[in-house]
Amino acid sequence: MSQLVAGSVRIDRYRRRLLTTGIVGGAVLAVLALAPYVVDPSITSTWIKLFYLITLATMWNLLAGYAGMVSVGQQAYIGLGAYGLFVFNDLGLDPYSSALVASVAVGVIALPLSFVAFRLRGGYFAIGTWVIAEAVRQVIIRFDSLGAGRGRSISNYTADPIFRNLFTYWLALGVVALALVATVFLLRSRMGIALQSIRDNEIAARAVGIKVNRTKRTVFVVAAMGASLAGSLICLQAIGVASPSQIFSVSYSAFMIFMVLIGGIGTIEGPIIGAAIYYVMDLYFSQLGLWYLVALGVLAVLVTLFLPKGIWGELSSKFNLTIFPVGHRVIPDERATASLRQATRTEVPS
Amino acid sequence: MAILNALTQGILLGGLFAMAALGLSIAFGVLRVVNLAHGEIMTLGAYLAFVTISSLGVNVWISLLVLVPIMGFVGYWVQRALLQRALRLSELSPLLVTFGISIIIPNVLIEIFTNNKKAIPTGDLAVQSITITEGIRIGVLPLLTMVVAIVLIAGMQLFLAQARIGRYMRAAADDSETLRLMGVDHRKVYAFAMALAFAIAALAGVFFGMRQGGVTPFDGQLTVLFAFEAVIIGGLGSLWGTLAGGIVLGVAQTMAGLVGPELPLLVGNLVFIAILVFRPTGIVQSKVAV
Repeated sequence: MSQLVAGSVRIDRYRRRLLTTGIVGGAVLAVLALAPYVVDPSITSTWIKLFYLITLATMWNLLAGYAGMVSVGQQAYIGLGAYGLFVFNDLGLDPYSSALVASVAVGVIALPLSFVAFRLRGGYFAIGTWVIAEAVRQVIIRFDSLGAGRGRSISNYTADPIFRNLFTYWLALGVVALALVATVFLLRSRMGIALQSIRDNEIAARAVGIKVNRTKRTVFVVAAMGASLAGSLICLQAIGVASPSQIFSVSYSAFMIFMVLIGGIGTIEGPIIGAAIYYVMDLYFSQLGLWYLVALGVLAVLVTLFLPKGIWGELSSKFNLTIFPVGHRVIPDERATASLRQATRTEVPS
Repeated sequence: MAILNALTQGILLGGLFAMAALGLSIAFGVLRVVNLAHGEIMTLGAYLAFVTISSLGVNVWISLLVLVPIMGFVGYWVQRALLQRALRLSELSPLLVTFGISIIIPNVLIEIFTNNKKAIPTGDLAVQSITITEGIRIGVLPLLTMVVAIVLIAGMQLFLAQARIGRYMRAAADDSETLRLMGVDHRKVYAFAMALAFAIAALAGVFFGMRQGGVTPFDGQLTVLFAFEAVIIGGLGSLWGTLAGGIVLGVAQTMAGLVGPELPLLVGNLVFIAILVFRPTGIVQSKVAV
């Protein structure tokens, strides 16, 4: 008789699956880290782009997919990450540490900016973040030391191009691993549940005692720091910034939205798939020029309307797949049920 | 005197911003949809003006008679075919759809018309001006823009208060479910509101193009921000507030232009951020929700 008795269930957090993912993920990370010793470094350096695209998509998904904040202004933090690298590099830090320090600095800048952006909701939040990004760009180009409106290059850089590529590669790999691990742990924590309840119904979330603004602010700052690291990587790979309007371009937001939508918004796996698809498309179709961007826009509209869960969302609901488990499920606790049954048997003898 | 002149020009510039903001306000007020492609719809309107003027050989006013209804029609079907579906899916979907549209339009425009500025000829309207006193001259075109903006806002208020479909629009904004129970198809009301939003956006786009001496594909990225700033500075839900917001933004930009030629956009954005921080409800408190 398999009947559920009160108190005989437990909450499963998919620990075993997480452990598997952790081991496999660690192995993949190790292989990728050692890849430059096997594969030619000039090949591995082309993967840098994939790594920062995954970082960007993951961070945008955290904002929009989990916290319900559609931002089209993440280019503010991408640009600040790139320019922050110049600032700390000029102060004497090597470019890679500069990227890390810059991301902390960008987090510090994002915190007060969140107070401005959070005055707005929904669609107006989206345009508000865009205005903030524009304002940030217009402030940055006032500094002559940062190249004013012309862009500039990194001054103290690793001289050897091979090492330069290698270090940037490892940094990019570390950043994407950090972004994914941080996202999984954030979503598995109490805050993850809070976030999803905010996304589904902010007023109800507030009513059950969730500190809505503090939770959203944390995500906003984390997403800004992630975007900053991606911006630093873009800058490192190009050995500088071609122009402020390029690094602060709203098209970065377009790419992030595209990757997340195609892959599946509100899942951790989706943005990775979306980034991979975008990376491949970019590799083969970007010579089509602007029609390529038009196709991206059309695809984004079609996917939103006709495949709202994205590729991964469809797959995972069809085959019950999860690579990064963040959910909860209620399962009968065999041991508890058995002991309870034992207890019932002794109490009521037949 | 230079300050007084900048003030005057700023106020008139505000008329243009308010006109640009009107379509955004209507779409948000009735459908709760923020059209991220609003600026691109304006740009599209300006390009349609360029096409009709250069191919039919008519003047800009006749071209408006052609392009405003066309854009209204486009708006109606964009709502019915795309946004209505998006509205049912989730709160984020309409945003993502309009953002997709905002990527498509400028890139198609570049492929067709190249990146070069396309002129919207206005005869000698752009250079005519009225001298008020020494040092203050009012351009006929900015003045006309202001008059059109005021007429549009007044007309819109009257329309929402008096016309049957205008009242349906307010009803749909408040409670579309109940409107349906009353036997009105809320989807048609929504589509009509979007048609109105697109038509006014296109008109504003043409005026923007006339002022700039022409139109380029990425103008929309700038105008959508101006329109949005005017709405927020003025206060959500008030059409006259939007005019006031546009004027504040216009004056901030022209005043900053006195100090340095590269400052107007930055100061405009900073004023917007300051208003958002210190007076998030906007400078005009709304009494009636639109």
